[in-house]
Amino acid sequence: MTAAELASFSLVATYSAMAVYTIAFVAYALDLAKRSGDAQLRATADERAAAAASAGSATAVAGSSAGASGGSGSSGSGSTIVLERRAPAGQPSSSGRPSAFQRVGTAMVVLGLAVHLAAVVTRGVAAERVPWANMFEFALTGTAIIVGVYLVVRLFVYLGYLGAYVTGLTLILLGVATVHYYVDVVPLPPALQSAWLVIHVLVAILATAFFALAAGLSALQLVQAKREQAQLTGLRFMSTLPGAARLEDLAYRVALVGFVLWTFTLAAGAVWAERAWGRYWGWDTKEVWTFIIWVLYAGYIHARATRGWRGSRSSWLSIVGFAAVLFNFGVVNVFFKGLHAYSGL
Amino acid sequence: MARSSDGSPLGGDDRTDVGADPLRPSDHVDAVDEAPAGGSGPVAQPRLGPVGYLRYFWRQLTSMRTALFLLMLLAVAAIPGSLVPQRTSDPNGVVQYQADHPQLFPVLDRLGVFETYSSPWFSAVYLLLFVSLIGCILPRTKHHLQALRARPPRTPVRLSRLAGYRSVTLATGADDAGEPLTPTTAVAAAQAQLRKAGYRTELYGDSVSAERGYLRETGNLLFHTALVGVLVTVGVGGGFGYSGQRVVVEGQTFSNVLSAYDSFNPGRWFDESQLEPYSIGLDRFTTTYEETNRDALGQPTDYTADVTTRTQAGDESAEQIKVNGPLSIGGTNVYLLGNGYAVDVTVRDGQGDVAFRDQVPFLPQDANLTSQGVIKVPDAVPEQLGMIGFFYPTAYDPGSGILQSNYPDTLDPVLSLNVFEGDLGLDDGVPKSVYALDTDDMTQVAGLNAGTKAVQLKPGETAELPDGLGSVTFEGVQRFASLDVHHDPSQLWVGGFAALAFLGLIVALFVPRRRVWVKARRTGDGLVLEYAGLARGEDPTLERAVGDLASRHLVGLGVPEDRARTAGLSDADRTLTP
Repeated sequence: MTAAELASFSLVATYSAMAVYTIAFVAYALDLAKRSGDAQLRATADERAAAAASAGSATAVAGSSAGASGGSGSSGSGSTIVLERRAPAGQPSSSGRPSAFQRVGTAMVVLGLAVHLAAVVTRGVAAERVPWANMFEFALTGTAIIVGVYLVVRLFVYLGYLGAYVTGLTLILLGVATVHYYVDVVPLPPALQSAWLVIHVLVAILATAFFALAAGLSALQLVQAKREQAQLTGLRFMSTLPGAARLEDLAYRVALVGFVLWTFTLAAGAVWAERAWGRYWGWDTKEVWTFIIWVLYAGYIHARATRGWRGSRSSWLSIVGFAAVLFNFGVVNVFFKGLHAYSGL
Repeated sequence: MARSSDGSPLGGDDRTDVGADPLRPSDHVDAVDEAPAGGSGPVAQPRLGPVGYLRYFWRQLTSMRTALFLLMLLAVAAIPGSLVPQRTSDPNGVVQYQADHPQLFPVLDRLGVFETYSSPWFSAVYLLLFVSLIGCILPRTKHHLQALRARPPRTPVRLSRLAGYRSVTLATGADDAGEPLTPTTAVAAAQAQLRKAGYRTELYGDSVSAERGYLRETGNLLFHTALVGVLVTVGVGGGFGYSGQRVVVEGQTFSNVLSAYDSFNPGRWFDESQLEPYSIGLDRFTTTYEETNRDALGQPTDYTADVTTRTQAGDESAEQIKVNGPLSIGGTNVYLLGNGYAVDVTVRDGQGDVAFRDQVPFLPQDANLTSQGVIKVPDAVPEQLGMIGFFYPTAYDPGSGILQSNYPDTLDPVLSLNVFEGDLGLDDGVPKSVYALDTDDMTQVAGLNAGTKAVQLKPGETAELPDGLGSVTFEGVQRFASLDVHHDPSQLWVGGFAALAFLGLIVALFVPRRRVWVKARRTGDGLVLEYAGLARGEDPTLERAVGDLASRHLVGLGVPEDRARTAGLSDADRTLTP
């Protein structure tokens, strides 16, 4: 295939991935709706669940003790001890199994990401370089990494309730990118011909993905905190989500990873600026906003450690931080004059 | 979720001990409440003396809330500098802004927004922030140095309210060798295990108290101290450097002396003797254009300056300067920051004498390198001559008669000159830009506002000027490179401190600081073992760590592995009975 064919294949793959993500988004939205329905029946369901839990609770037969005299566990006159099992908050349903909608959504996200990655790779092959040298490519690769980070974090922590947010955000960003930012494959200008393009921009994208997840969790924390203070009665699905404190902790941990990556982005950018522009820091508009974002998240981390700021106040900072990230990409790149003028728009 | 801030889980005596380390500002969530909680009504405070007030303000300045406020203020204060052009990075933009907003400009200028990052208000914010930071670091460093030598604190009386608490009763309580398990041997085994895991341990009766992760606070202090280092080296170190710009046309040589620079920005402590003598001759400047990709025809894909350098010792060498590849010479870095065309022009005056012969750099105006420049001929007789020229590397007439360039390479180069005669104004003693012509005291003799059309020349052509003023010959065209010479001795220091800050940040955020306790006692039921932990700062894996500790400890005491693991996994009380 020629470069132009590859590039148009990449665009087709991008649209296909968006179609699959749309299905995922609908499934996730239905999952949230189902949670609301389930929550309505919660009072009775809770009783039933409690009864079921005590009847079917795990039992353990303790053998003849830890002593040397004790043989195998089965030989002893075992007594039963009851293991107290609390269902961790945030589990998708009382049965501990994700709803069918949830499973469909996640399967579609995995499929969508596969198609999405094909789009990213073919774009890179067509351009014969890393696929993040202009705004369209940054958005294309960045959204793939947002989805990827979501799936990876999910392996460790249950995040299914964030699926609608992640797919929704991805769809909006990809939509804006294909409509407003699309540019044909062009060679790299001399200023971008550097190994730092690979390092600096890739780490920036990764940081953005973590900030995106953190902002979603922080937004949920705000809603959950309102509910817990009984200031909010709607949005019943929120009752199936982890508590505000847990959401806040998750957001904080995800944002911490983002902050470390962003710090690296800032430092690597300075090293590259020294090579390319002859100074490591010159208050270029993009440098300014990278700095502002860094300071905002530094503030967020301090807020979490300040009395009276833990909870909803610090969550707002996380959201403001991510808003600044989006502003830096969507507004500073396009409308502000500066040296980072590689959008090709 | 393990948070040290979830109330104080410890009884009275242990309270100060736990809260005091690591040291934190008084409004930090991990800090100890100094005032008794739940006091009734406002406390009658003694009057503050001057020292008291100083102490009070110092405490306010070094508090978390102030640091947070200053951080937010810093973020906000940085915004204006991105909204309007800055004198340091975009001086022409400032001039343009003044022309576009004549009313707004003086107001903004007085506020200093065109020099946001050196303005008093921006400086005030970051200086206060760093004073607050230093005020926080110093006592914490002192405290941490003491903590590094301290023993883990006494085991709390009741462990049951701490994180990851679990208790296991071993019914028979004999070890593999048949010796009865005593609390002492169980605790000794726990201590050995904890030591191996990198904990600092201390026995208190039949319990072991252990702490790890001092590196977390070390990293935290390293990060903040390194940031101070960055600020100081940027502020002080910049004063020892210099930077200068020079346009060099192919065939010309640039010598590193002050007078050779087109513009020069010395640091505060710059001394001309700092300039190490060397020279750079531009042999060839090569631009490569995209020729196959239809979407990017004529887009430059490479700039290379082939130069010959000569050091003071007389060593000559051939080097290359590229956009991402500066040349390192004589303690400076030489960067390639711009390029364009220089036209080689000869002007003869009315008497037929050569009044001017030079290569004049023209500044690129667009992507196809339509370039503009000025030729000043002060020696022309009878009148001085001035010309405003446009150079089109690939000239193209769209039909309007006004030329434009439609390709950046020199496929069909044309030089077009508007000619003026009169006083160039060079004798006033006021410095004039070489890129601008002051036509106030001049009359246009060729060009749009004159009777004669503008002079248009291809390389090698000569044109007579009207009224017998002389002639102009376009000898040819060369490339020029615009070189930036930088000397910044502080750069390595800044980089070093930044690297230290990054290292400290990772350690401070991801090394958990935690305390764990193992307690053993004999009861009628057997040997009761208790395990618990306490997070010192963010510690998501504390519960699991206590569970693992319990499992491994039980295995070490001879409990079968599967059962030990079950006991470790759940945080419920359990008895392993025969």
